[in-house]
Amino acid sequence: MSTATGMQAARVNEIVARYQAKPASLLQILREVQECCDWISPESVGIVSRALQLPRLKIEAVATFYSFLYLQPRGRYRVLFSDNITDHMAGSRELLEQMCKRLWIEKGKVSEDGLVSVDTTSCTGMCDQGPGMLVNNIALAGLSAERVDAICDLITDQVPIAAWPSAFFAVEDNIRRRDILLKAEAVPGAALQAAFARGAEATLREILQSKLRGRGGAGFSAGTKWESCRNAQGDTRYVVCNADEGEPGTFKDRVLLHSHADAVIEGMTVCAYVIGARRGFLYLRGEYRYLLDALLAVLARRRGQRLLGEDIAGREGFDFDIEIHLGAGAYVCGEESALIESLEGKRGTPRNRPPYPVTHGYLDQPTVVNNVETFAACRLIAERGGEWYARHGTPESSGTKLLSVSGDCGRPGIYEFPFGVTVREVLNECGARNTQAVQISGPSGICLAPDEFSRRIAFEDIPTAGAFMIFDRRRDMFEVARNFVDFFKHESCGFCTPCRVGTSLLSNLMAKLHGGRGSPYDFAEIEKLNIYLQTLSHCGLGHSACNPVLHTIAKFRPAYASRLVHHEFVPAFDLDRALSTARQMTGRDDSGAHLKEDT
Amino acid sequence: MSDSCFSLDGASIAFAAGQTILQAAMDAGHYIPHLCFHPELKPHGSCKVCSVRVDGNMMASCTTPARQGMKVESATTEVDDQRRAVVQMLFVEGNHFCPSCEQSGRCKLQATAYELQMTSPHFDHFFPDRAVDASHPDFLLDFNRCILCSLCVRASRDVDQKAVFGLAGRGIGTRLIVNSESGRLGDSDFAATDKAAQVCPVGAILRKRQGFNVPIGQRTYDVAPIRESDRGGPEKR
Amino acid sequence: MNPIAADLKSADMDTPRKPKVRIATTSLAGCFGCHMSFLDIDERLVALLELVEFDRSPLTDIKVCGPCEIGIIEGGVCNAENVHVLRTFREQCTTLVAIGACAINGGLPAQRNHLPLATLLQEVYTTRPGLAHGGIPNDPELPLPLHKVHPLHEVVKVDYFIPGCPPSAEVIWTFLSDLLAGRAPASDRRTIHFD
Repeated sequence: MSTATGMQAARVNEIVARYQAKPASLLQILREVQECCDWISPESVGIVSRALQLPRLKIEAVATFYSFLYLQPRGRYRVLFSDNITDHMAGSRELLEQMCKRLWIEKGKVSEDGLVSVDTTSCTGMCDQGPGMLVNNIALAGLSAERVDAICDLITDQVPIAAWPSAFFAVEDNIRRRDILLKAEAVPGAALQAAFARGAEATLREILQSKLRGRGGAGFSAGTKWESCRNAQGDTRYVVCNADEGEPGTFKDRVLLHSHADAVIEGMTVCAYVIGARRGFLYLRGEYRYLLDALLAVLARRRGQRLLGEDIAGREGFDFDIEIHLGAGAYVCGEESALIESLEGKRGTPRNRPPYPVTHGYLDQPTVVNNVETFAACRLIAERGGEWYARHGTPESSGTKLLSVSGDCGRPGIYEFPFGVTVREVLNECGARNTQAVQISGPSGICLAPDEFSRRIAFEDIPTAGAFMIFDRRRDMFEVARNFVDFFKHESCGFCTPCRVGTSLLSNLMAKLHGGRGSPYDFAEIEKLNIYLQTLSHCGLGHSACNPVLHTIAKFRPAYASRLVHHEFVPAFDLDRALSTARQMTGRDDSGAHLKEDT
Repeated sequence: MSDSCFSLDGASIAFAAGQTILQAAMDAGHYIPHLCFHPELKPHGSCKVCSVRVDGNMMASCTTPARQGMKVESATTEVDDQRRAVVQMLFVEGNHFCPSCEQSGRCKLQATAYELQMTSPHFDHFFPDRAVDASHPDFLLDFNRCILCSLCVRASRDVDQKAVFGLAGRGIGTRLIVNSESGRLGDSDFAATDKAAQVCPVGAILRKRQGFNVPIGQRTYDVAPIRESDRGGPEKR
Repeated sequence: MNPIAADLKSADMDTPRKPKVRIATTSLAGCFGCHMSFLDIDERLVALLELVEFDRSPLTDIKVCGPCEIGIIEGGVCNAENVHVLRTFREQCTTLVAIGACAINGGLPAQRNHLPLATLLQEVYTTRPGLAHGGIPNDPELPLPLHKVHPLHEVVKVDYFIPGCPPSAEVIWTFLSDLLAGRAPASDRRTIHFD
């Protein structure tokens, strides 16, 4: 064994030991091995396999599910450009090309010296300050041509990332409008004391009375969820905070966890008190790895303040603590049952439901999974009461909503509005002009045209997890939809046939239209695929994968019509180009060596 | 058996507590097309070929619990059209060249395509580049034909108490892998007596030296269509 | 007499003599097995010839397809000439039928698709032992191969598919009888075969 391999083995063993070789920690172990060794070598797989007493195959199955884990070397510097449409609009593709040219590499490939690879990744949540990028999973925002040149220099000079200028890693909160949630000063422990004073059952009543609905997008009643979990049969209960904020265009959880972490954690602790949980998890998306140290510090401080740990806030027998689990690049893990699979160290495949997590969640025990913003709101409700909270917003959608505003507007960032705000009011507030469309709640949400701007952000009208992407009249809505379709193709978990194959077929058809090969035949095919995805898929990802296309077809039909350049079917591939290898090999270029485009 | 019943295309189907729609239908001798379901293995609902319309919504019948009074539509043109599309997706996703496949005539993918009156794969083919693993002395593993149903995965894990097979990758890159350091079947603890050796619905896991011992035209689904041989009772192979 | 043939004959006699239906057939990257199976309709060919006449087909030796009601193609699309022939058939024939495994999913020829064309040409014409090292042929008379072999429907719109390797004479006969009698050819789950 070489010294390098020996050292690597020692580090892998150290990581495994820190996680007590628990199979449920497999994903965390692999993430740390990736971080310290730059990839997960066959030797590392072997060590983890033996220590966790798991078959190799299980480790390979998990590692290959997550985009940020590599079983092949991907370079010592792994650069991933955020590939959301808002990044494109801010020039990310040009910057990627610039970097590839500077570094003499091809997108997706590793440089010959094994130093660096450059590729794209799904939205990194920096849409208000894009283009965004991850270097070895550390987030960078606000990229420019100069910044990219500087990064290239740092990479070629092999400067460790820890020694890069700290300004490169600056991430702004950009809070533009505050309402009850962001205005509230979270005095650590205040909400807990209020909950203790009331008692668990009465606190649950406050949450129910607040009519708080989940902020992850689905809008299920938080109080009902807590109540079902509290009443479910089980040996132990868990609180899970879903911070896998993967919906492109959403970044409000990033801001909450950066500047309001105490509120979120206190909300989780209140939940633990109500349902009787002793353990909680915060599932942080891998793209927000840069927040980890600060969050761990908050947890440590709160333990010191006796707001986590044993006998919390002096209340005997109330023990609760929180672990942070990091994702590793898989949007589907935002789906609560996939998130739980991932927490258990598995592939993030959505479970068959029912049963639901409230009865059969983490390790099959009753589990509450709520969004970051939901827990922050719970903290507020525990302190101020459900009746007070329900006075805000609309009768069916109480309280406020954080909107992640990005795209074509003067002031992108976080806007907290009471539910019921119209789309137009938000557009006015953020300085949007000549708006052609707004994509609400990300690719899986809804695309609105100007005649719908008087509609309201509320569960009874337009439900949202918070993304609010603005497109002005310069933008091509077909290309917006195509970007979203490609996103779903990349993020499909592959479990069910219609989504696994259907998202690829849809992406190919959109590429065909983009390439000027579209005809009414392809348009009809797209419409058929939409139906298959919507009706047959296993989970919400597949169901909503067709939304961007359905909505833009309905509302921006000219953007498609201009792509249907042929009256009759033409092949998806370029026939003349399909002869290029044969031409090259035979040295022929006569007319018979070419095929004219079908017309 | 309880007295609980649901309606399947107008027929009354009795079911026992805990049964899924497909299990109850098969027990009653009704065929619902399916690929990733095997009566002896835990259903997981991935292929979606068994989708039925339940009170208006399409659901995988192999994982949807039967409920008293539910109205299930299966043998309708609309449902069959959707199932056919799913089977066509499976055909273009892999490399399925029936005339040169030893499983032809015994293949459930092929027989289900017949059942659904599929005359072409309809979509553009992916023509993926997949390997063949001939390392095992008794079995051939042809990934070109794998439809990712995971029956071998479940059989190996739940019946054989091994973990010879697993699914790796994600999305369209999902693939079957083998548990050995080399990744080859010959280096795994796979045995001819494994349940996993007997459940592959297609020609991905093939016994060697059996080629053409039954002539084409006289095989399982040449003799009787899948709706007759797979509609209930023990699996016929 | 076969009932379908009788059906055709009576249909033929009930109406004033119609001009014969023109049919063209060809094989692209195929083995002519589907044509052989078609010939296996045996004496029914005589009944058929009362209703149809053949344009381009191995049966007539007409080289270029003219206007036809029905075009039947076996074989996949492997090279530039296949593309030309297929496009001509699509232009000239009202109804285009893909017959056999190769026309429908590329079949045996498509099993080269996982190999890069350059590797294949090199292997076949330069590296394989026993060659005279003549190099890759570059005669302009020879059609150039495409990167991949494609089924017909990936290159032109196809109206009907008759699967099988080859489809049986019965299946072909029933299909043609339906089409000629103005019925939508039904795909019967009992007769569909891919092998």
